[in-house]
Amino acid sequence: MTSDAPRPPPRRSFFGALGPNELKGLFWQVLVVGIAVAVIVFLWSNTVTNLSARRITTGFAFLGREAGMPIADSLLAYNPRDSYLWAFVVGVANTLRVAVIGIVLATILGTLIGISRLSANWLLSRLAAVYVEVLRDIPLLLQLLFWYVLMQALPAARAAWRPVEGIFLSNRGLILPAIPVGSPQLWVLGTAVLGCAAFYIIQQRLVAQQMRDGKPRRAWPLAVGLIVVLPAAVSVLLGVSWKIEWPELRGFNFVGGLTLAPEYFALLIALVTYTSAFIAEIVRSGIQSVPRGQWDAASALGLRRSFMLRQIILPQALRVIVPPMTSQYLNLTKNSSLAVAIGYQDVVSIANTTLNQTGQAIEAIALIMAVFLTISLGISFFMNWYNARIALAER
Amino acid sequence: MTAITDMPDVPRAARRPQIGNPVLRWLRTNLFSSIPNGILTVVLLAVLAKGVISFVLWGIANAVWITPANDSSACKAVRGLGACWAIIPEKYRFILFGTYPFDEQWRPALSVVLFIALFYLSTRRALWRRELAYLWIGALALISALMWGGVFGLSFVSQDRWGGLPVTLILATFGLAFGFPLGILVALGRRSKLPAIRSLSVLYVELIRGVPLVSLLFMASVMFPLFMPSGFNIDKLLRAQIAIILFAGAYLAEVIRGGLQAVPRGQYEAADALGLSYWRKHRLVVLPQAIRHVIPPLVNTFIAFFKDTSLVLIIGIFDLLTTAKTAIIDPAWQQFSVEVYIFVAAIYFAFCFAMSRYSRSLEATGGR
Repeated sequence: MTSDAPRPPPRRSFFGALGPNELKGLFWQVLVVGIAVAVIVFLWSNTVTNLSARRITTGFAFLGREAGMPIADSLLAYNPRDSYLWAFVVGVANTLRVAVIGIVLATILGTLIGISRLSANWLLSRLAAVYVEVLRDIPLLLQLLFWYVLMQALPAARAAWRPVEGIFLSNRGLILPAIPVGSPQLWVLGTAVLGCAAFYIIQQRLVAQQMRDGKPRRAWPLAVGLIVVLPAAVSVLLGVSWKIEWPELRGFNFVGGLTLAPEYFALLIALVTYTSAFIAEIVRSGIQSVPRGQWDAASALGLRRSFMLRQIILPQALRVIVPPMTSQYLNLTKNSSLAVAIGYQDVVSIANTTLNQTGQAIEAIALIMAVFLTISLGISFFMNWYNARIALAER
Repeated sequence: MTAITDMPDVPRAARRPQIGNPVLRWLRTNLFSSIPNGILTVVLLAVLAKGVISFVLWGIANAVWITPANDSSACKAVRGLGACWAIIPEKYRFILFGTYPFDEQWRPALSVVLFIALFYLSTRRALWRRELAYLWIGALALISALMWGGVFGLSFVSQDRWGGLPVTLILATFGLAFGFPLGILVALGRRSKLPAIRSLSVLYVELIRGVPLVSLLFMASVMFPLFMPSGFNIDKLLRAQIAIILFAGAYLAEVIRGGLQAVPRGQYEAADALGLSYWRKHRLVVLPQAIRHVIPPLVNTFIAFFKDTSLVLIIGIFDLLTTAKTAIIDPAWQQFSVEVYIFVAAIYFAFCFAMSRYSRSLEATGGR
């Protein structure tokens, strides 16, 4: 790099305004895009040739055909005469059923364990540490197979375990008492949801007013009114019955109640316990990230312990917790596709069966990708919204 | 909640006068600091004792450790009461090495030892130099020679017969070895000023990270033959390996991108001022610093896809988990799958635990 000689003036390039750097950049882009396009065209033409050799027509027309595959455990009504499209929808519902409930339970369990790891009680914090370490370092699929084997080893329906009256655990799965929900019950639940939303909006106003004049206002009578009394009134007016349906053993199986099939139950346990170990670590590091001075300052103000946690520590910890939590939720959702290993029919499993039956490989994989990208985007949007809401308001 | 009564970084003992028996003092500080805490300790001890006793009864006291070859009657006699560890000596060769020719199984065993030595050497900070890359290339070549044979007078063993632990290690290690350079390229592409290259990189990373690995593996096993000219076919293991490399590349790219962002802008500007070209700037100035920043998350990513290699079970490749699952298909031993899963879990745990310990020690020392 001897630079004694004066640098020659930049050469006039053929492209006029483009300097040598821009030309180089253009060259690289054209090269990389060219290679990418060439690879895609090569794969595409091979695929078209191969598909026509196998007499498979591309396109999504097959979705209208009769699926003919059995789906044992589904949230939505389904029978094998329905179309592939409906089978896919059932699969998506099954994926969401395990993912949503899994996310809620994993968050609760993970938070409890994360807090336990910080406990002053040595035994509790050690136990939590062992839980986290063991579950994190064993592959999820192995844990899933393990839980599934344990489920299958449970006694038959006749000799089912009864930990609590009305709850049965057998090789048919977990059977719980349930309240049958039809449209009258949905009206009541809908009212309760509306009440929650109304209360949320009113509370925002009350907080804004308090910010202005500094007078605290009582919100709880309103909360009781909107969330409890109003739905109760609707329930009484409509005469909705809330009779609990208790499961009963008849012959070789159970009648009534809510049945969680062994596949679903094993998948749920595996996903929840595995993800909770990761969430515990996130919660722990989030709480530890709040500087010691914040605790001291809050106690110096004489705040109550619960108030201090809720108003001082948690809001600051959440800023650290939420972003990695989002990726754990995404992981849990993607991991729910391991269901295929134990025969729970989630969307991946149904797409796989479709693929084997029809040979529509590209379409099936494209559908899986579309479903997961949509779910991922949905979770990301929600978490980003939540993150923006709890972000530190800086002046 | 009694849980957060104290932040652990300020021991209570510091506030109390240090008197009395140290053991009692420790007990008081850590287990019986308050009445609810004391109750919690007692309850936990009771639960723990119950768990430990029933595990000892099942796993040690009532367990069957050894039986005559291929005879599970002793195990069946204690079924439900005690573990049948005898299934491990009966099946361990198959679980560890799959259907690799029995007399040649020293070769996969030696490969496993080589892998562990390679991992160990990679953790030595004194060896973090360019030579480490040559060491990796040499070790992986040697392992390939050992597994395949056909050279040095070793008989050839087709990869259809590989199985067990070596396959798990191969999928993970080759995934890292090829995924890492790929990840660097994609990370650089994502930070490039050239719009076409940047958007291609973003597309690749987001597509791969957006879908489950299972669907990538399905794609590798089902769609790959469709993509290729007819008559051209690649072995199933290699296809899964390609899927894992593509998967690893996307995740590693995001980790490396984090490292690139952590390099101060002054370093880039200084390199530009020296007149270094793009590639020399990154090779000599930026990447060495960026990668040093992200070694702990890189180890964590490696742990994650070491575990994720077990997903190849779904497309029927004989890794450690698949051989375990296959070993218990044998009707005589069918009922003792829990024991086999515990054995395999212990192997996975040993690897991942060692790695996560290492990653934590790196975090503690700041990667220096």
